[in-house]
Amino acid sequence: MNQTLETNPTLTSNPQMTPADFEPLVKTRQADLIVRPSLSFWQDTWQRLKRNRRAIYSLYLIIGLLSFSYLLPLFVSFDIAEQDLTQISQPPGLGRQSLVVDTKPWAGRFVEEGERRQLQTAPFDSRAKVAGLEVVGEANTESVRLSWQPLAGAIGYRVYRHLLVPSGPADLGLPLGQTDQPGQISFEDRLKLQNISYYYSVQAVSYDGQLSDYSTVEVKPRHAISLRAALSRGLVDANDAEAMLGQEVELKRHLMGTDYLGRDLMARLVYGGQTSLFIGIVAPLLFVAIGILYGGVSGYLGGRIDEVMMRFADFVIALPFLLFMILFRVAMGIGPGESGVTPMLIAMVLLGWPTAAKLVRGQVLQLREQPFVEAAQLMGANTHYLIWRHMLPNVMGVVLVSLTFSIPSAIFTEAFLSFIGMGVAPPTPSWGAMCNDGVKSFMSHPHELLFPALFISLTVLAFNLLGDGLRDALDAKMKG
Amino acid sequence: MTQFILKRLLSGVITIWFIATATFIGMHSVPGDPLANEKAVAPEIRRNLEARYGLDKPVWQQYGIFLGNMLRGDFGISFTQKNRYVNDIIREHFPVSAVLGVLALIIATVGGVIWGALTAVYRDRWPDSVIMFLVVIAVSVPSFVFAMLGQLGILAMNEWLGFSLLPVAGWGSFGHMLVPALVLGLGTMAYLTRLMRSSMLEVTSADYIRTAKAKGVPPLRIFYKHQLRNAILPVITVLGPSIAAITTGGFVVELVFAIPGLGRFFVQAVQQLDYTVIMGTTVFYGAFLVIMVLLVDILYGFIDPRIRVGKVRG
Repeated sequence: MNQTLETNPTLTSNPQMTPADFEPLVKTRQADLIVRPSLSFWQDTWQRLKRNRRAIYSLYLIIGLLSFSYLLPLFVSFDIAEQDLTQISQPPGLGRQSLVVDTKPWAGRFVEEGERRQLQTAPFDSRAKVAGLEVVGEANTESVRLSWQPLAGAIGYRVYRHLLVPSGPADLGLPLGQTDQPGQISFEDRLKLQNISYYYSVQAVSYDGQLSDYSTVEVKPRHAISLRAALSRGLVDANDAEAMLGQEVELKRHLMGTDYLGRDLMARLVYGGQTSLFIGIVAPLLFVAIGILYGGVSGYLGGRIDEVMMRFADFVIALPFLLFMILFRVAMGIGPGESGVTPMLIAMVLLGWPTAAKLVRGQVLQLREQPFVEAAQLMGANTHYLIWRHMLPNVMGVVLVSLTFSIPSAIFTEAFLSFIGMGVAPPTPSWGAMCNDGVKSFMSHPHELLFPALFISLTVLAFNLLGDGLRDALDAKMKG
Repeated sequence: MTQFILKRLLSGVITIWFIATATFIGMHSVPGDPLANEKAVAPEIRRNLEARYGLDKPVWQQYGIFLGNMLRGDFGISFTQKNRYVNDIIREHFPVSAVLGVLALIIATVGGVIWGALTAVYRDRWPDSVIMFLVVIAVSVPSFVFAMLGQLGILAMNEWLGFSLLPVAGWGSFGHMLVPALVLGLGTMAYLTRLMRSSMLEVTSADYIRTAKAKGVPPLRIFYKHQLRNAILPVITVLGPSIAAITTGGFVVELVFAIPGLGRFFVQAVQQLDYTVIMGTTVFYGAFLVIMVLLVDILYGFIDPRIRVGKVRG
């Protein structure tokens, strides 16, 4: 033994050891990690939610809709009540050009005195047609001027306007009037003209009330604005107003068109979104909060109190929901100048809480029997600790899913109430109320219904898909 | 079983009483009264009218009178539609809502079961994604939009055909009901499709299916005899609440298609504060709901012998 010790060169050459030799080495290589990073329950859920593309896109969509309603008005100012009467029920589009015209009435055209006498005494032929029907000047939405050749024996002419090609003498459309001055062979139409095609028909009338055959002309008036309206809207400069006559000006822009009162649809969609989203999100938040409290207390206390509390919740569930929504809504009433958002909110909370309460109670009842609660109790946890540390976090997942699914139904309820005219009070916009307005003119101006309906659908769709994603993400069975 | 039904009936009666009371309180807390619409009525006439309808008595007495009459099945005379008994209004207009509702429910259930089964069979293939996409659309678009689109669809179809195949609005024939019922049942159908899909998927992985496969039962027979039958159970559970949602949620469809159902009368009655009609319809709907849910529960016991309602839920 001694020999080997002596022959060992390292030991013999360096017999003195310093304390530094006993210091641990610095780790230069990491051993393979076999634990994954510790994630909290919510981090884990978020990770799984992120992998669900549909849910994430829905989340983006919700953020987009919220910023459309709440952030956009911070940068652009909208007026929800301003009526642009020159642009009623206009389809969506960029700026629209309009002709500035004078609004002085047209003197008209007349037959000369001598010729008139001669024509009046001539025999009236009821098969004859009014000849030479033409448009004088450029037809515009402020006035359409018509003129025609006189017909023998006629004492006056009747003018009609139709949206379709007349199919016969009984189908000439809206009677605009009869010329009243002797010898007049012209007519000026200034009645609510729009930028669409019209069919004007003229018929001659004899002194004994006979009618001649009609002739028709198609006219598509150009969009025009009267000088006075243009001045009051600030579209033309007051100093050279006269010079602007016959010129084109650009009308106020309505990106998404206007409604039946000439109000900007985009402004109303933005503020309508504030109403709809506010009710749709806050009402479920409130009734879920009440539900947590009620269900939590009921489930935690249990026994007789639980039974009484749940019976009451069952009663409220048994109330016919929509009937009571309407009833509560009416019972609370809307004062003058109020928007009617608060009564609707209260009605929804009053009727909505029991579902959440029952859900939470069921969860709490289950949790109460779980071993970890028992363990906590054994280690001396008090009620406060148990509720905040164990009950609430475990209930939250289910509650969150139910909250996400409550939002679409709340938005639908708001839309439904506003649709039957028992929601928010005008002029407060909401998507549902806008749908109600849009339905009336759906055939001629579909954009007035389609836009608000689209926004409702997108919101509901996004929350539904997000809810699906959340439910899957929270489901521990899917972990992997 | 009898005990269970009796118990449920008793709780149903209490529920209806609760609904009636809540409606009564809610209704009387609305400012004004149904006679407020009578323009410029002399004070004497108004007093006579109030005496006739019992409005001159304190509210608690009115409540007593109402409860007494309700027990006798008498809801009184409408305030706004002269000489019409509330019972007559319900008798005449509820069948309309009920027929529409039943048809909608049939469409919804049959459709939901078929679509749901299809999605489960073609899981993760294109029929599944197409149907599930349509389901998401169906639950996301408000019913009044579907109603409008339905009406437009009829119009376009009639125009294309050159003659009127289906009427655009109104009531009377089967043709009048078809599209409104489809629109009304759409939401429920979407919901049932989802439910059916998940319950089918659950059943597919069950042991008895594997056993059936192992002993060589033909696939079609497995589908009908084992999968479909078992998967349909949860669908039946939600039928009760669905009946309620469909029959009371028909306002919009009734409004758009001009159908003389009870829903429209209720909305009108609330707007005009027609006390008797409001009370009558609410109590009637409440009772209808309670009975429907009970019926479904009993039915459930027959369909699934594993569940003995009386014992499990008692």
